[in-house]
Amino acid sequence: MTLDPETLSLLLDATRRLVDEKLIPAEAEADANGELPSDVVRAMREMGLFGLTVPESYGGLGLNRSEEVRFLFEFCRASPSFRSLLGTTVGVGGKSILLDGTEEQKAYWLPRIARGETIVSFCLTEPDSGSDAKALKTRARRDGDEWVIDGTKRFISNAPLAGLFVVMARTGERVTAFLVPAETPGIEVAKPWRKMGQRAAHVADVAFEDCRVPADAVLGGEAGIGRGFNAAMKALDDGRLHIAAVAVGLGRRLIEEMLEYARTRRQFGEPIASFQLIQAMLADSEAELAAARALVETTAAKRDAGEPVTRDAASAKYFATEAVWRIADRAVQLHGGYGYMSDTPVERLFRDARLLRLFEGTSQIMQLVIAREMLREA
Amino acid sequence: MKVLVPVKRVIDYNVKIRVKPDGSGVETQNVKMSMNPFDEISIEEAVRMKEKGVAEEVIAVSMGPQQCQETLRTALAMGADRGIHVKTDDVLEPLAVAKMLKAIAEKEQPQMIIVGKQAIDDDCNQTGQMTAALLGWSQATFASVIELGEGTAKVTREIDGGLETVDIKLPAVVTSDLRLNEPRYASLPNIMKAKKKPIEEMDPASLGVDTTPRVKTLKVSEPPKRQGGVKVESVQELVSKLVNEAKVI
Repeated sequence: MTLDPETLSLLLDATRRLVDEKLIPAEAEADANGELPSDVVRAMREMGLFGLTVPESYGGLGLNRSEEVRFLFEFCRASPSFRSLLGTTVGVGGKSILLDGTEEQKAYWLPRIARGETIVSFCLTEPDSGSDAKALKTRARRDGDEWVIDGTKRFISNAPLAGLFVVMARTGERVTAFLVPAETPGIEVAKPWRKMGQRAAHVADVAFEDCRVPADAVLGGEAGIGRGFNAAMKALDDGRLHIAAVAVGLGRRLIEEMLEYARTRRQFGEPIASFQLIQAMLADSEAELAAARALVETTAAKRDAGEPVTRDAASAKYFATEAVWRIADRAVQLHGGYGYMSDTPVERLFRDARLLRLFEGTSQIMQLVIAREMLREA
Repeated sequence: MKVLVPVKRVIDYNVKIRVKPDGSGVETQNVKMSMNPFDEISIEEAVRMKEKGVAEEVIAVSMGPQQCQETLRTALAMGADRGIHVKTDDVLEPLAVAKMLKAIAEKEQPQMIIVGKQAIDDDCNQTGQMTAALLGWSQATFASVIELGEGTAKVTREIDGGLETVDIKLPAVVTSDLRLNEPRYASLPNIMKAKKKPIEEMDPASLGVDTTPRVKTLKVSEPPKRQGGVKVESVQELVSKLVNEAKVI
């Protein structure tokens, strides 16, 4: 479904206002405490952000990809810690239910997700399988009407808050996706990892031991057995586009911070913005961000048109996250010594930005995906 | 009861206003426009009345060009039930707006019209008072609290030097001040739902109002640039400058 320009512009205005008035002022405290303030989480829920990509018929907003990335450009001007709370729900976790769930699974979970009641965590990565996701060891075996899941998942975003885990487990040779409610016996969520950045977002390991779920917990029902990896890969294209859009939003914020500082900081009797080497940093950042944004928008439009976007989504994720890293580095450089101090927003945003080149596929994996698709099509 | 709330489309409060080079007005091309903040407060108050069950319907009215519909959509997303758009590209002065509000009020029969105390573009602070006068209704301006009774309202007004509480009979015109409430954010689902709420279109002529301006703008100019200050060495020097140069004491 496509929104009329008026409604989209109201949505984006409302988002921008939430970001400027509630999220950005709460960033420093959230980073220092390693926790999102509860009133901010409530405001995000009341704004209906958890239902962004859930179809209207299931109580969400039903944004298409082009609209979702426009939203992220605005929303991710605030620290990516805020985005992370929505990320796995709106992104790869919720998407996999939307793309591959049975009608019953969609009808049960999607309205809960849209209301912000259920946070979804996507469990693919394991201690011994990161980039080599297919090597996962978590197993599920059939026992009568039940499946029994055993294994450990690593770096699971939002695990401490999750109401639902989408778990990738080996069923024989192939991989199956399971919908496992957090209250199921046999699940243990470890203490959250301490991290370089995005400190208000929680990532933890999750252990499944003799964890029993009914037969209808298989994503996509009987037909979904052995098809979990396809489900994960489909959700990953959207996930990569999502992260690329996050990078664009963060890049915009970094440029805003650079501009503000360059215009107000005075050295040698004038604002540093009047020095050409400072201008070069601004110009390089703006040009790279414009390119990243264009790539994300083009890929989103292709995806909405139903074209395959594996190569483009990987290109967008690769280019946008590498670009935002260069922009973050320039932002620190432009702030001089102040840029290294924790009271300056760019110090925190620099740490936050680093993750983008790692998750949802590292830059190196993106390079491989892009080249593989190129060679396949040649 | 019905509550009528006029909402004006103005230059967003975050935008730095620039005067047109020919001095005929301020630049509005490619400038972000939003609902007048005092009107947001009025909508919020009306929606709260509805949520408390003391108002049945909230009607938002906007007068001006096609883009006013976006401002009406914002009001609908905040919780107003329907919109009325008086479409015109004419320059509207407070008296013309008040006359049109009167015509709409006579048709809709609201028990209360909540008007922003002023718009942040022209700062006129006239529309509410004029509307009350034309309708012959009671008025309470600069409200910071509105308590509804049986056919009456108790309104706390922010006046110079303190607060004044007045009892007024309904129907009435109340103008909202900054501290009346803190307006809500329109949630994204409500923005989507607002698409389906009706907006009725009309024009000044159908309301029988002649909008010809009675005031002619001769020139708009930027305020003079602020001059740099001076540092004084002592309190004595400061006092002497205040007495002899600034002549303020």
